[in-house]
Amino acid sequence: MTATTLDATTDAPTKIAAVAREPEGLRMAMPRPLPDAAGAATTLAAGSAPPPASTALPATTDAAVPAATAAGKRSGRLDAVLRSVLPPLLGFALFIGIWHLATQSASGLPGPVQTWEAATALFADPFYRNGPNDQGIGWNVLSSLQRVGIGFGFAALVGIPLGFIVGRFSFMNDMVNPLISLLRPVSPLAWLPIGLLVFKKADPAATWTIFICSIWPMIINTAVGVQRVPQDYLNVARVLALSEWKIVTRILFPAVLPYMLTGIRLSIGTAWLVIVAAEMLTGGVGIGFWVWDEWNNLKVEHIIIAIFVIGIVGLLLEQSLIALARRCSHEST
Amino acid sequence: MEKFVSIENVGQTFDTRKGRFVALRDVNLNIARGEFIALIGHSGCGKSTLLNLIAGLTRPTAGVLLCDGREIAGPGPERAVVFQNHSLLPWLTCHENILLAVERVFGARERKAELRDRTLAALELVGLTHAGQKYPSEISGGMKQRVGIARALSMQPKVLLMDEPFGALDALTRARLQDELMKICAATKATTVMVTHDVDEAVLLADRIVMMTNGPAATIGEILAVELERPRNRLELAHDSRYAAYRAAVLEFLYEKQASHPVAA
Repeated sequence: MTATTLDATTDAPTKIAAVAREPEGLRMAMPRPLPDAAGAATTLAAGSAPPPASTALPATTDAAVPAATAAGKRSGRLDAVLRSVLPPLLGFALFIGIWHLATQSASGLPGPVQTWEAATALFADPFYRNGPNDQGIGWNVLSSLQRVGIGFGFAALVGIPLGFIVGRFSFMNDMVNPLISLLRPVSPLAWLPIGLLVFKKADPAATWTIFICSIWPMIINTAVGVQRVPQDYLNVARVLALSEWKIVTRILFPAVLPYMLTGIRLSIGTAWLVIVAAEMLTGGVGIGFWVWDEWNNLKVEHIIIAIFVIGIVGLLLEQSLIALARRCSHEST
Repeated sequence: MEKFVSIENVGQTFDTRKGRFVALRDVNLNIARGEFIALIGHSGCGKSTLLNLIAGLTRPTAGVLLCDGREIAGPGPERAVVFQNHSLLPWLTCHENILLAVERVFGARERKAELRDRTLAALELVGLTHAGQKYPSEISGGMKQRVGIARALSMQPKVLLMDEPFGALDALTRARLQDELMKICAATKATTVMVTHDVDEAVLLADRIVMMTNGPAATIGEILAVELERPRNRLELAHDSRYAAYRAAVLEFLYEKQASHPVAA
């Protein structure tokens, strides 16, 4: 049974790997987590036995006496902190420098100083309301997050149980897999007109778009997680002759949880990418709409601020889900 | 002789991509109640396959297996398995791992407190009362295996099946667990089938050693009855000529009659 199930989904895991790589790539583009890893490596080296720490430090000589290694440790920690903080700072500084230089020669693009001034003005009052089309950036971000939350919540409600069913029964897998393979690559925005047609309103249509783009990673990851539950655990279930309910709650669910959380993380990432585009098309209140509105007002510095805000919110969403996943992961033994 | 577990003309073939693979053929064995059987043979000889058949995890393609007069139609808690890699659920504590088994077997008849007592008794049996609230990742390999044994014993199985339970452990831990297992088996009078590749372990623990021929199409080559009185003590046995003779007999079977071909080794 497992052999056929695996065969049927051979393309699903690879696809997931491709999807999973996506945010990795995004993260690589951002300077922050990279030095994190480097920092972790150096702290590890410093935290372990003294000899490797002293060799890691060019300052201490080979003939390091114990007293010297203690000092070496302290400077090692400083070194590690420096190494984890310095590169991202340098990256940002370089970025702002290039930005500044590039905007020196006119072109209408606001420079860092201009943008900073606009930002301080903007964030002085993020929660004002002057009618439906003129609200503070805080409200815009919050309403975008709300749409993502609702669409994503529905996707989880539908996608996770569906993923369990698809993963557990190879017949369902064979049935649903081609369909998912067909629909998954479609840009969620292509679904927007369908949403407009069905719901007759812009807001639920945007939510619907989020639902559609969030549901695929959730189904696929959950299904793969279910299929990859170690045979040993299932053998335990068989020897104990556990009921299907106990198998799901005591074995499948905890075993699949890490996979599910990966699906959730990928979904949230995509949803946050898509909401901006969806809101540009549907209007209303939201960060995407705000970007478009500021373009119409020709306030380019606000657009740049919006880009940073979108980036920061996306980063926070991703990092909080990574933290959650770390908490829920059990050491496999 | 009483047939508590009987294996009659059992054969097992697997359909693989390269065609049919005959793992076992014509296996016949009767096991008495309370008997300790050791299955020994070179790797790939189908020991684990035979154990899985008794467990009911796989069904034979030929022949029939009976336990206590009834055909073995599938896995069940009356034939508890101690898996090679202990197979504890990592998200449950040791206590919860055992409780899961206890609940399944006794949950319908007994109250929560009684189930808890059974779990604690099983932990005590393997000397792990202190580790009940620990997760499997927090304890050593030997302790995990003991929890696995406790889980199996807590179900009060008719037959205890063990698939190289001590294979992954260091020699000292293994010896200690073997001694514990002997005590437990003496106390519970459990009918036990243990797959092993350790000749000393087989001679020390078993009432009979079932020696399997090399695969493919493996079967039972010889059966050696180990008539050493219990309780057995490994130190005394080390100087016992009978022990040496049994040991030699098994070694002779494995390394002369069934000299492993290089591919299988």
